[in-house]
Amino acid sequence: MLDSVDIAARVEEILAAHSGTEGALLPILHSVQESFGYVPEEVLPQIAQHQNISKAEAYGVMTFYHDFRAKPAGTHVLKLCRAESCQTMGADRVAAHAKETLGLDWHETTPDGKITLEPIFCLGLCACGPSALVDGKVVGRLTEAKLDAIVKGMR
Amino acid sequence: MRIWIPRDASAKALGAEEVVTAVKAEAARRGVEVTITRNGSRGMVWLEPLVEVETPEGRVAFGPMTPEDVAQIFDGGELALGLTEDLPWLRAQTRLTFARCGIIDPVSLDEYRAHGGLKGLTRALAMTGAEVVQEVLNSGLRGRGGAGFPTGIKWKTVHDAPIKPELGEKKYIVTNADEGDSGTFADRMIMEGDPFTLIEGMIIAGIAVGATKGFIYSRSEYPDANEVMAAAIAVGRVEGLLGQNVLGSGKVFELELRVGAGAYVCGEETALLNSLEGKRGTVRAKPPLPALQGFMGRPTVVNNVISLASVPVILAEGAEHYASFGIGRSKGTIPLQIAGNVKHGGLFEIAFGLTLDRIVNEIGGGTASGRPVKAVQVGGPLGAWIPVSQFDTPFGYEEYAGQNALIGHAGLTVADDTADMMAMARFAMEFCAIESCGKCTPCRIGAVRGVETLDRIARGDTAAIPLLTDLCETMKSGSLCALGGFTPYPVMSALTHFPDDFTGAAREAAE
Ligand SMILES: Cc1cc2nc3c(=O)[nH]c(=O)nc-3n(C[C@H](O)[C@H](O)[C@H](O)COP(=O)(O)O)c2cc1C
Ligand code: SF4
Ligand code: FES
Repeated sequence: MLDSVDIAARVEEILAAHSGTEGALLPILHSVQESFGYVPEEVLPQIAQHQNISKAEAYGVMTFYHDFRAKPAGTHVLKLCRAESCQTMGADRVAAHAKETLGLDWHETTPDGKITLEPIFCLGLCACGPSALVDGKVVGRLTEAKLDAIVKGMR
Repeated sequence: MRIWIPRDASAKALGAEEVVTAVKAEAARRGVEVTITRNGSRGMVWLEPLVEVETPEGRVAFGPMTPEDVAQIFDGGELALGLTEDLPWLRAQTRLTFARCGIIDPVSLDEYRAHGGLKGLTRALAMTGAEVVQEVLNSGLRGRGGAGFPTGIKWKTVHDAPIKPELGEKKYIVTNADEGDSGTFADRMIMEGDPFTLIEGMIIAGIAVGATKGFIYSRSEYPDANEVMAAAIAVGRVEGLLGQNVLGSGKVFELELRVGAGAYVCGEETALLNSLEGKRGTVRAKPPLPALQGFMGRPTVVNNVISLASVPVILAEGAEHYASFGIGRSKGTIPLQIAGNVKHGGLFEIAFGLTLDRIVNEIGGGTASGRPVKAVQVGGPLGAWIPVSQFDTPFGYEEYAGQNALIGHAGLTVADDTADMMAMARFAMEFCAIESCGKCTPCRIGAVRGVETLDRIARGDTAAIPLLTDLCETMKSGSLCALGGFTPYPVMSALTHFPDDFTGAAREAAE
């Protein structure tokens, strides 16, 4: 676990890398999340100051976007597409199976901290649904069996 | 031996990486030297991963390839499909925008050039901005992002907008690559398969309006597209396509890729601009038009990926050539994205004018499940569900508007007869509630009420149906943007064409 000094130093690096960028807040938040797995609340004042906005504004931006997390996710993140094309191929059924197997609802993490389940709305894989993003890798034609194998690999 | 294995996300999602590993192992076992190129997709998603092999006669296709079957690439077998160019699905298309997609190495500028790339830009560099604008105007190109606004008119507004370069003022070209609609993947496919087409289109737009800086606003749901796009931009910089001296012309065009953060509403152009500026992705009231006060309050072209990616061919072949395709006021070609429960899903580029009957039943081959088609949602989550009885409507902007529908970004979600249209209507409301930017009440609160009302109907309370209709009217008339304003399309079309799915619950409850 990083302590707050390490975090502040890393954030300083990120901010320096974005100093010439117009409207840099989203790229900064992405970099922060990439570094720590989430956006620690304590970094917002530092970012806000650099971007010349209030802390409330920085917080408002961070919470507006579904991607940014206020808490760390599990070791693995399983994102299942819930959108229409995937629904026509049984996405709801596969999602129900995932929720039951993992004992999770959307946005929850298993008690052992291993797996986070999240909804996602369209991966552009609508001609080979149901689709998923497994730790950033695309998966198509998802079935209950395929999902079980993925979950097994994560445990 | 030269082999192509797509790096397109749909190919990867269906096992392309495993196929690459297996092909390398099989080649090594046989002592055959192979060069593997990771191309884009030819658009035939049901055949992915579609592997191609170079032969003296042309490229031969094999698919859908699996790691177990890779020996067939060397020995032939049941997955051999013959010459790729002869596949009926490809032959039936008119590929203007997607002419190179799936053929070339996406990040090779040399291959891009060898296949007709940069012809349009070269021509544009010898023209004035006003002449380029006129050419795009003459082509009849309309925005492919959904609204169908004539691209040339938008460009003319930005061209004519005054700025003071001496004060450091700039104009901008922003590509809307926030392709969030379910059933759509044309932007993704071109970014993964032929990213230079988009870059070339953006530079031409820059020349046309006098913009020197461009942004591509993509989405975090597209990790593969972002990787290819970033690589292509890097190549473009090194090879002098981008930067301070575009192809030695003295013109400036800098390009930056930005990635959104999972907010559908950021596809709306003003929300996108706010997001690009580092703000919450809330919708701005119009006027002012983004064309006059866009990114950082400066004149900005915001165009969809496909609108911009269609510009190079318009400049290369001439406006008349492009305008010779299509019907009525829908000129040129449209990359149809055939998705959902369909046998032959994928990207099919063709002149406007096809009926859904041909698209779904002939080209798509009917449903994947083999069951009857129930309806097709055209235009993503804000598009209407079209029943089979309206399958004869020609694919065009005005033609669809006349049926209380929209073509949107030309995504088609096919549903078979097991689809529950009330559940689909509920999802539309739920999606609107999740993705609402929160600026106006009819959308923010209305969508939540919509979900509750549909839950009442699901419990057999048919008295709630008129409430749903009223709510849709309120959302339609009282919303600032099309998220709240068009969510009634899928809801009302489901209710109008499939009332039994809504009253069935009441019957069941009564029994
Ligand atoms: C909720 C909402 C989402 C949208 N999503 C997109 C999108 O993902 N891509 C896009 O190009 N246009 C999208 N649009 C349309 C844009 O606001 C805008 O019309 C378009 O980017 C203009 O480009 P074009 O003229 O080339 O179509 C969306 C509109 C709304 C209301
Ligand atoms: S309709 Fe919805 S998304 Fe659009 S501006 Fe209003 S609240 Fe925002
Ligand atoms: S709807 Fe699931 S990938 Fe597009």
